[in-house]
Amino acid sequence: MPKLLESFAIPAAALLVSVILFGIFVMIAGTNPIEVMHSVYIGAFGSWFSWQNTLVRASPLMLTALCTAIPARIGLINIGGEGALVMGGLCAAIVGIQLNGLSPMFVIVSMVLTGILAGGLWVLAIGAFKYYRNVNETISSLLLNYIAIAVLNFLVVGPLHDPASMNKPSTYPIGKANMIGDIGNSSIHYGLIFGITTCVILWFAMRRTTYGFAVDMVGGNLRAAQLSGLAVGKLILVTCFLAGGAAGLAGMLEVAAVQGNANTSLNAGYGYAGILVAFIARHNPLAVIPVAILLGGIHASGGFLQRQFNLPDATTLVFQGIIFIVILASEAFYGRLRWFKPRVSTA
Amino acid sequence: MSNEKPNISRRNLLKGVAAAGAVGAMGGFGISSVLAAPKTVNMGFIYVGPRDDYGYNQSHFEGKSAVAKLDWVKAFDEENVPETIEVVKTMESMINLNGAQVLFPTSFGYFNPFILETAPKYPDVMFLHCGGLWKEGYPKNVGSYFGYIDEPVYLSGLVAGHMSKTGKLGFIAAIPIPQVLRNINNFTMAARSVNPKITTQVVFTGGWSNPVKEAEAANSMADQGIDVLTCHVDSPKVVIQTAEKRGIYSCGYHTNQSVLAPKGFLTGAEWNWGKVYKDYAEMIKTGKKIPNLIRGGLKEGIVKSSPYGKAVTAKAKTHADAVRKKFMKGEMIVYKGPIKDNTGKVVIPKGKSYAQTDIWLESMNWLVEGVIGTTKG
Amino acid sequence: MTESGMGAMGVVIAVLGGAVRVGTPFLFVSLGECLTEKSGRINLGLEGNLVMGAMSGYGIAYLSGSPWLGVLTAGGTGMLLGFVHALLCQQQRVNDIAVGIAMMLFGTGLAFFLGKPFIQPVAPHLPALSLGGWSSSPVIRAALDINVLFIIGALLAPAMSWFFRNAKWGFIIRTVGESRDAALAMGINVNRVRMLATMSGGFLAGIGGSFLSLYYPGAWNEGLSSGQGLMAVALVIFARWNPIYCLYASLLFGGAAALGPALQSVGITWGYYLFNAAPYVLTLGIMIATSSSKQRFAGMPGELGKA
Repeated sequence: MPKLLESFAIPAAALLVSVILFGIFVMIAGTNPIEVMHSVYIGAFGSWFSWQNTLVRASPLMLTALCTAIPARIGLINIGGEGALVMGGLCAAIVGIQLNGLSPMFVIVSMVLTGILAGGLWVLAIGAFKYYRNVNETISSLLLNYIAIAVLNFLVVGPLHDPASMNKPSTYPIGKANMIGDIGNSSIHYGLIFGITTCVILWFAMRRTTYGFAVDMVGGNLRAAQLSGLAVGKLILVTCFLAGGAAGLAGMLEVAAVQGNANTSLNAGYGYAGILVAFIARHNPLAVIPVAILLGGIHASGGFLQRQFNLPDATTLVFQGIIFIVILASEAFYGRLRWFKPRVSTA
Repeated sequence: MSNEKPNISRRNLLKGVAAAGAVGAMGGFGISSVLAAPKTVNMGFIYVGPRDDYGYNQSHFEGKSAVAKLDWVKAFDEENVPETIEVVKTMESMINLNGAQVLFPTSFGYFNPFILETAPKYPDVMFLHCGGLWKEGYPKNVGSYFGYIDEPVYLSGLVAGHMSKTGKLGFIAAIPIPQVLRNINNFTMAARSVNPKITTQVVFTGGWSNPVKEAEAANSMADQGIDVLTCHVDSPKVVIQTAEKRGIYSCGYHTNQSVLAPKGFLTGAEWNWGKVYKDYAEMIKTGKKIPNLIRGGLKEGIVKSSPYGKAVTAKAKTHADAVRKKFMKGEMIVYKGPIKDNTGKVVIPKGKSYAQTDIWLESMNWLVEGVIGTTKG
Repeated sequence: MTESGMGAMGVVIAVLGGAVRVGTPFLFVSLGECLTEKSGRINLGLEGNLVMGAMSGYGIAYLSGSPWLGVLTAGGTGMLLGFVHALLCQQQRVNDIAVGIAMMLFGTGLAFFLGKPFIQPVAPHLPALSLGGWSSSPVIRAALDINVLFIIGALLAPAMSWFFRNAKWGFIIRTVGESRDAALAMGINVNRVRMLATMSGGFLAGIGGSFLSLYYPGAWNEGLSSGQGLMAVALVIFARWNPIYCLYASLLFGGAAALGPALQSVGITWGYYLFNAAPYVLTLGIMIATSSSKQRFAGMPGELGKA
């Protein structure tokens, strides 16, 4: 029980510290911090409209966060969510365009599977480079982001270009019938359901199955895991595939629920924002859900802040940077604070 | 059937527009403003990049700042809004949290699907998109506006044609989209009207903001003997500065960059959104119907040329000013056949011509004879 | 070859000149990262140092009128960010790569926030040494306008190499990077050594940023860095933690980045997106080809494998 309490209290305290630091920052910049924080609240959670704004922004972050969180459990720091999202979206769009005209249900399912497959294989390559050639996964995932974006840019002005897209180079549309709509009469598309469901499924896989147990063992102590006969290579590849699949699904949703085709707006930074979500959530797939909503809220309120206080767009970047740094610093306190320790020492 | 009645209080923009028949209210209905003659006009502006990029976004920000000076206007904006669902949420947030009556999403990619899908949900709000894409059948509260910036680019090309000694011009462009290609073609055709041997070398950098590539492109072109440079990227600062450093001439774009190159700056093509936005605000305040499509060039004052730099010769000025007069009178037709593309194919046969407003020009996918470059990635 | 144009020769000159111009920021950041990594720690946040350095250097150069004061400020800002990085990393259980990503986000955000007033003004540029005065060709003269910072960086590389091999402090840094336990046994204050190495690395990365804003391309805006700080971290692995190789790798990358625009400027216009991706594909390819699962890299600090 104390451990559970600790895992809530420390992040909460860290968030509070971040808010205070950010308040000091905006105060130095000449703005009233209380008013700013109030506006963040209004812009993010102050009304049903703001909630919808927040949730729409949160849904891709849930999926891209998993792309960092899942490999982290096996000890890999993967920042390749952006590339996997782009490849997932691009390949899903290609399949959607080819199958356009068939039953929409079939087209959408095909696109989902394609997105997962493309993103999954993209990140699987990162795992394979690591396992077979010992290539640093952080660096290779970063390089693959740049490569994925270059491929996307090349294809939308070149071979896949739809001339009707004029000044916004895009592929041909996947067709209105194959678009994923909004939930009920809200303005939130079904991507949110996909995001939450994927988080829950992967939480179950990581926490309640022998696979997840094996992953944690490799992540905790590689040598011990090898000695106990675990197939480390296979575990790394499967884990990377799942991670990339989540980001690829996010790309497919950008195409099928938002853009209607693949274009350079797929590269909108969701992959990079997901890294932050994963670390704040401490790589727990279930914790990714509320953290993504929190970050979605900060993004949602960013525009409101610009308009209310004439603060630059970078204000929310600074806020996120502060939260990230404080959360990481707070790692040092786990297991070290007296009042969270069990009364009777078990050591 | 036009709603345009002769009205003395109309601003020049609309007068010119209606008289020329070039632009104006098409389709029989304009956008009726929500509140008849509101006391204050709440205007929201949305930019795809930073509001002070020394380029396209800044030109809109300057327009917003100009209209914000009117004491009955409340103008607010948001920068760095990507062309994703985020722009939908930004528009809705401006409506719901700031009470925007009219929105100006200024990036081309905001239009389809984002504006088209959001506008029907807010019939009381006007969505005026910068890009000139409005067509019959779109939601009633959607409109668009755009400027023919290729007209001042043509004038830049004339001056460049006069000033170039090597007969080689350089154009640094982001990506091969119709707007960019049209500027390249206008620049080249103007220069070749001075000296038919002139060529324009194009370098595509592949992105709207990539200062290192832009500087590299500028240096490489200077190495190849190119002696006048211009560009179409988000922020021309680096290109103009590099040209100056290499001792060659440059023509600006988006805003006035003459201070960056006191020796080599020739002229440039600038936006003048302040005028457009003030006209819109006036129309809303007085409860006038707003035309769904407003487009114009030099004549309508939506675009202009930067002042000539010191180096420009009297001969070049006289020539450019003469052509400017033709533009102002609406007599200048740039795309008059025969015109060949740079693969030798005739794209506009002899006897055929396309006026500035012709929609065909807006899907341009070819480079004119004399341009060295390709539209393929 | 026409009288005014240089044709294919021009491409060669543009690539060589570009190698120096585009390569210098890579050089400073990779030397900084090399120093930090030799002490056994990875600082992935140097992109933040680079961008902060570019902004603060430009701002101070503009306000004071002295580009060199700008360079110093840029270094100082980078050092400060390095201090925060090191301070966080020496806490228990705090992962250095994660801290790097956080510092990158914070550094770029802060630079964008504070840099707004400096996008428009023109700051004084760093001077260049004209080594091409002997040539009558303006092209050669332009290619041989070498910035002093590049010369400093090019001298720093062998100096750092000598330092690691022969200086007492170099030995201490290597020991700390090789094995924390061994260093502790020798009575070395590991945290202090890593702190100093990270701060010095941050200083160099900040200077790399000031080169971008104060010399080439020579302006401050939010799109100034296209990930040079991140790529430089990859370069260090590519260069096997050897400062001399860092110099070669930086020049190679600079030249590769100049190749695309140079080819287009002589009319080879095909596939520029693919040329733009070439440096990334090249790095990845070489990393895959030269790594091995059996043994760690020659030159790789032992502590790095332990994260």
